[in-house]
Amino acid sequence: MGALTLGRAALIGAAIGLLLAPWHGLENGALAAWPRGEASPLLALLLDGSRWWLWPVAALLAAVAPALLRGRAPGLLMMVAGAGIVAWIFLMGHAIGLNGLAWKGLAPLLGAPPPQPSLGWGALMVLAGGVALFSAGLAARGSFGADAFVSFLVCGSAFLLILFVFVPLVTILSAAIYEGDRFAPDALAARLTAPEAWSLACVTTHAGCGVVWNTLLLATLTGVISTLLGLGFALLAVRGNVRGAVAFRAMTILPLITPPFVVSLALIVLFGRTGIVTGFLWENFDIPRSRWIYGLPGVLLAQVLAQAPVAFMLLDGALRAISPSLEEAASTMGARRFKVFRSVTWPLLKPALAAAFLLGFVESLADFGNPLVLGGDFDVLSTRIFFAIAGARHDPGRAAALALLLLALTFGAFAFQAWWLGKRRYTTVTGKGDSGLPAPLPKGLKLGCSLVVWPWMAFTAVVYGIILVGGFVRDIGRGDMTFTWRHFLTGFEVEWHNGVDFRGSAWDSLFTTIEVAAIAAPLTAGLGILLAWLIARQSFKGRGTLEFMTMLSFAIPGTVVGVSYVMAFNVPPVELTGTALILIICFVFRNLPVGVRGGLAALAQIDKSLDEASATMGGGALSTLRRVVLPLLRPAIVASLAFSFVHAMTAVSAVIFLVSAQHNLATVYIVGRVEAGEMALAIAYSTVLIVIMLVVVLGIEKLVGRAQIGRRAATPTTMHAGA
Amino acid sequence: MSFTRRLLATGLLLGGTAFLPAAAQAQGNLVVYCSVQEEWCRPMMQAFERATGVRVAMTRRSSGETMTQIRAEATNPRGDIWWGGTGDPHMQAAEENLTLEYRSPRLSELHDWAVRQAEQTQFRTVGIYAGALGYSYNVTELNRRRIAAPRCWADLAKPEFRGEIQVADPNTSGTAYTMLATLLQVMGEEPAFTYLRALHRNVNQYTRSGAAPARAAATGETLVGITFLHDAVTQKIAGAPVEIVAPCEGTGYEIGSMSIIRGARNLDNARRFYDWALSPEAQNIAGQANSYQLPSNRNSAIPPQAPRFENIRLIDYDFARWGSAAERTRVITRWEREVRAGSR
Repeated sequence: MGALTLGRAALIGAAIGLLLAPWHGLENGALAAWPRGEASPLLALLLDGSRWWLWPVAALLAAVAPALLRGRAPGLLMMVAGAGIVAWIFLMGHAIGLNGLAWKGLAPLLGAPPPQPSLGWGALMVLAGGVALFSAGLAARGSFGADAFVSFLVCGSAFLLILFVFVPLVTILSAAIYEGDRFAPDALAARLTAPEAWSLACVTTHAGCGVVWNTLLLATLTGVISTLLGLGFALLAVRGNVRGAVAFRAMTILPLITPPFVVSLALIVLFGRTGIVTGFLWENFDIPRSRWIYGLPGVLLAQVLAQAPVAFMLLDGALRAISPSLEEAASTMGARRFKVFRSVTWPLLKPALAAAFLLGFVESLADFGNPLVLGGDFDVLSTRIFFAIAGARHDPGRAAALALLLLALTFGAFAFQAWWLGKRRYTTVTGKGDSGLPAPLPKGLKLGCSLVVWPWMAFTAVVYGIILVGGFVRDIGRGDMTFTWRHFLTGFEVEWHNGVDFRGSAWDSLFTTIEVAAIAAPLTAGLGILLAWLIARQSFKGRGTLEFMTMLSFAIPGTVVGVSYVMAFNVPPVELTGTALILIICFVFRNLPVGVRGGLAALAQIDKSLDEASATMGGGALSTLRRVVLPLLRPAIVASLAFSFVHAMTAVSAVIFLVSAQHNLATVYIVGRVEAGEMALAIAYSTVLIVIMLVVVLGIEKLVGRAQIGRRAATPTTMHAGA
Repeated sequence: MSFTRRLLATGLLLGGTAFLPAAAQAQGNLVVYCSVQEEWCRPMMQAFERATGVRVAMTRRSSGETMTQIRAEATNPRGDIWWGGTGDPHMQAAEENLTLEYRSPRLSELHDWAVRQAEQTQFRTVGIYAGALGYSYNVTELNRRRIAAPRCWADLAKPEFRGEIQVADPNTSGTAYTMLATLLQVMGEEPAFTYLRALHRNVNQYTRSGAAPARAAATGETLVGITFLHDAVTQKIAGAPVEIVAPCEGTGYEIGSMSIIRGARNLDNARRFYDWALSPEAQNIAGQANSYQLPSNRNSAIPPQAPRFENIRLIDYDFARWGSAAERTRVITRWEREVRAGSR
C-alpha cells in the first residue's frame, strides 16, 4: 500500500469524523438529537463557537487536503498534521474537563470555557485519521521500507499500547510520589524501604517477615517445586513408556480452566481444621487437628497444583524436541543410561527448565485469589496492594510503592533468566535428518518419578472431585453431604412462562462474562499475531521498545492494572469506566503478551524465505501477511484464541474494580459469595464455569486438531523395531 | 480489505464512550452501590423497582471497595446512592465531602442512634440498621475441649483459648476496628492495650473480611470468632452449632448507613430510594433475606431471631470521635506496633 492511498483514506475517515459523527460520547447511546445537542459533530460545535479551541484540528486537516487530493504525498506535512491532531485533541481534552478549565494555569489563554465531556465516535475517527496521516507521512519519507501498511500497523499499535498500557501504569505509579495532594519524593523512598516490606523479624522472632521476603519465598518455592513436578511428569510421559495418556492430558487442561481460588476452597474442605482428611486422621490416628493449611503451606500447595501442569506442558514439549542423536552418540561411546541423562539430556533441558521456573515464579507473584482465601497471616505483595487500596486504611501511595516493588521482582526474574541462559546455544535440531531413538529413563529415575507423579495425580483428582461434588451437596464445608440442587437453583434457575425467564442470581454475570470473553478473544488473538509479525518480520527503529511494551502488561499485577484503569479512564477525554468496553480492553491488553509470544514462536518455525519469495514476486507486506503468513499461523491463532477466552473468564484481580452494575463478571460474583461464606454456591458456579470452558477448549481443539509438537508420529512402531 | 477491518477494530476498541448505560425509561434509572450481603441487596432492589417503576442497576461490593470506587470516581461519579455497609466509611465519605446532605421526611420515625449519626455528619449519611459486636463459639469444639463457656471479653484472654480465637484485621475490616474502638471505650486506652496483647496470643488468624470469623466458628475452623452478632445469627440459623455471646462488660455496635453520592446523575430517584429505604416496608425485607440487624425505623418489625438491643449491654459509642480518620489511623498504628508485631 502506498503512502498516498493511506493518506487519502485517513483524510476521508477524519473528514467523516469531523463533519458527520457525533464528537462527544453519548450519555444514553441515543442518536435522536443528531446533528444537534449532545450528538452534534465537531463541525457544528466549531461553528456555534462552543468548542472554539478545537479549530486547529480542522485547520491541520485542511492543510494536508489539497496536496493529497492532487495526488501528491507530502511526507513532512502529513507527519506534522497527524501528530498535531492527536496531540492537540488529547491536550485540550485534559486541559478542559467536565468542570470547565482543569489546568488553571491556562486561564489567561482560554478564559472560562464550557465543560467538555468525553470523546466519542467522531473524535475517534479523527484520532484514527491523525494516526494514519502520521504513518503515511513516515512511509512517504521512506521509513518502514516505504510500506504504508506496516507503518500504520506500527504507529496504530504503539498508539493503543501507550494509551492502554503505558498511561494507566504511569498514572498509578505517579501516586507513589504523592502524599495526599502534596508532591513528596522523600515519601517514595520511605515507602520503598518500609519495614513492612523488608523486615527480617521472622528470622529471630515470631513476628512475621517483610512482605517482599514472603513473596519471594513463596514464588521461589512455587517455581522450583512445580518445575520439578512438571519435569517428573514430562520424563514419565515422554521417556517412561507408561500408559495413561488421558490422565496426563487431563492434568494439562484442568488447571487452565479452573477459576483461581476454587482450588483453595477445595483444599480448605480437605485439610482445614474440620476438613475431611484432618478429621479422618484425628479420629483414626490421633493426629491433632491444626490450621497448617492457612499460610505459606496452603498457598504453596494451591499454586503448585495450578503451576505444575503448566511446567509439564513446557517440559514435555522441550523433551520431545531434543534430538536423540546426541544421546545415542553418548551411549554408543559407552555412557550408562544415568550418565547420558545427567550429561546430555539434563543440560539440554536447561532453557525449558528456566522457562518453567520463571513462569511459576511470575504467576505466583501475580496470584491474588489463592493468597486471599488461604493466606491467613501470611501476606504477599498482591494482597497487600489490594488491601492498601480497598482496605479500611486507604493509601494509594503505599499501594503504588508496593506495586513498584512487585514490578521490580518480576523484571528481576526476567533479567535473571536472560543472564542464566547466557549466550550458550541449545539447538539440537538441525537441517540434517535425524533418526535416533530417545534413550529410555534410567531405572532409578523412573521409579523416583513414578513415586511422585502418581500420588500427585491422585491428589489432583481428589481436589477436583471435591469441586465437582461440592456444588451438589448441602454444605460440604460442614460435612453435610445430603444431595441437593439448591445451589444450582439459586444461581441458575430458569422459569418458563411467556418465554424463558432467567431468574437465577448468577445469570447476569454469566452472560456478561461469556459476551466479554467472546469479544475480547478474537481481538487479543488478532492484535497479538499482528504484533508478533511486526516484531519478527519487519525491521524498523523502535522495534525493541514495541516488544517491551507488549510484554509489559504481563509483568503488571492484576490489582495494579484494575486500579490504574479506574484512575486513568474515569474522566474525559477517554471515559470508559462502567462500560463493558473497559472490561474488553483490559482483557485484550492483559492477555496480549501471550498472543504475541505464541505468534513469535510460530513465526520462528516458518522460514523467512517464504516471505522473501512472496516479496520477490511483487507481493507487498499486506498481501504477504494475508496470503502467506496468516494461513500458516492458523494453529497459533487458534491457541491464542482459546487462551484469551479462558483467561478472560477466570481473571479476578484486574477486574474486581472494573465491574459495574450493568456489567458484572462471574469471578467477581464468586469472590463475593466466598466472602459471604456461601462456599457451596461459589463451588457450584465454578463447576458451571469449568464445564463451559472445557467445552470451548475441547471444541476448538476438535475444530483445528491438536498442535503436533512431536516430530515423529510413528514413534511406537520404530520403538518396537529398535527394541 | 483488511485495512478497513483494522480501522473497524480500532474503532471498536476506542469508541467506548458510546457504550454508556442503556436508554432511560419512563421513571428513570438509579445506580445503587450495595454493601450488604448479595441475598439482601437483590430483594431490596427488586422491591424498589416494583414500588416505583424506577430501573435499578446495583453493584455489590464490600464497604471498603465501594469507598475506593467512590473516591476514584469522585470527579465523575457513576453511582447515585450507597446503601448499606458499616458506618465508618460512610462517615469518612461525609468527612471527605463525597456525599450529599439530605434530610428525609422520615427522619422523625428513626431511632435516636440513627438520628444522632445523621446529625454528626451534617445529614450526609443516615443509619438504616444497627448491629452489636460480640462473638460466637462452636459448641461442639468447646465440649470436646472441656472449656467453660466464655461470657465476657476478659474470658477470651484466658490461656485455654490459646490459638482458638479469630478476628479480622483492623487494617482491612471495619468490624475489627469497631472492636478496637469498643475495647478502648469499655476499658480505657492503657488497660485495653494490655488486654489486646493478651488476646493476641490467643488469636490464630487475623482475617481480612469482618464476617469471616463467624463462618470459621460455624465450621469449627476456629473455636471463637469475634464478629457482629447478626453475622453469627445467620450461621446459627443455617444450622451451625454455635452459641452467640454479647460480652458482659458491654459492647459497641455499628450503624449500617446510607448516603447519596455527590454528583449523582439521578438525584431525584436517589432521594426517592433514600426515603423508601427508611420506611418499615423496605426495612422488613431484611428479615426475609436472612439478615438480622436491628432496623433503624421504630415501626419496622424486628426479626424474631435478631439479637435484641434490650438484652445487650451497649456502650455509648462515640461515633464522632472514633469514626474520624485521624483517630482511626492513630489507634490502628498503635495496635500494629504494640500488638500485632508481638510474638504469639
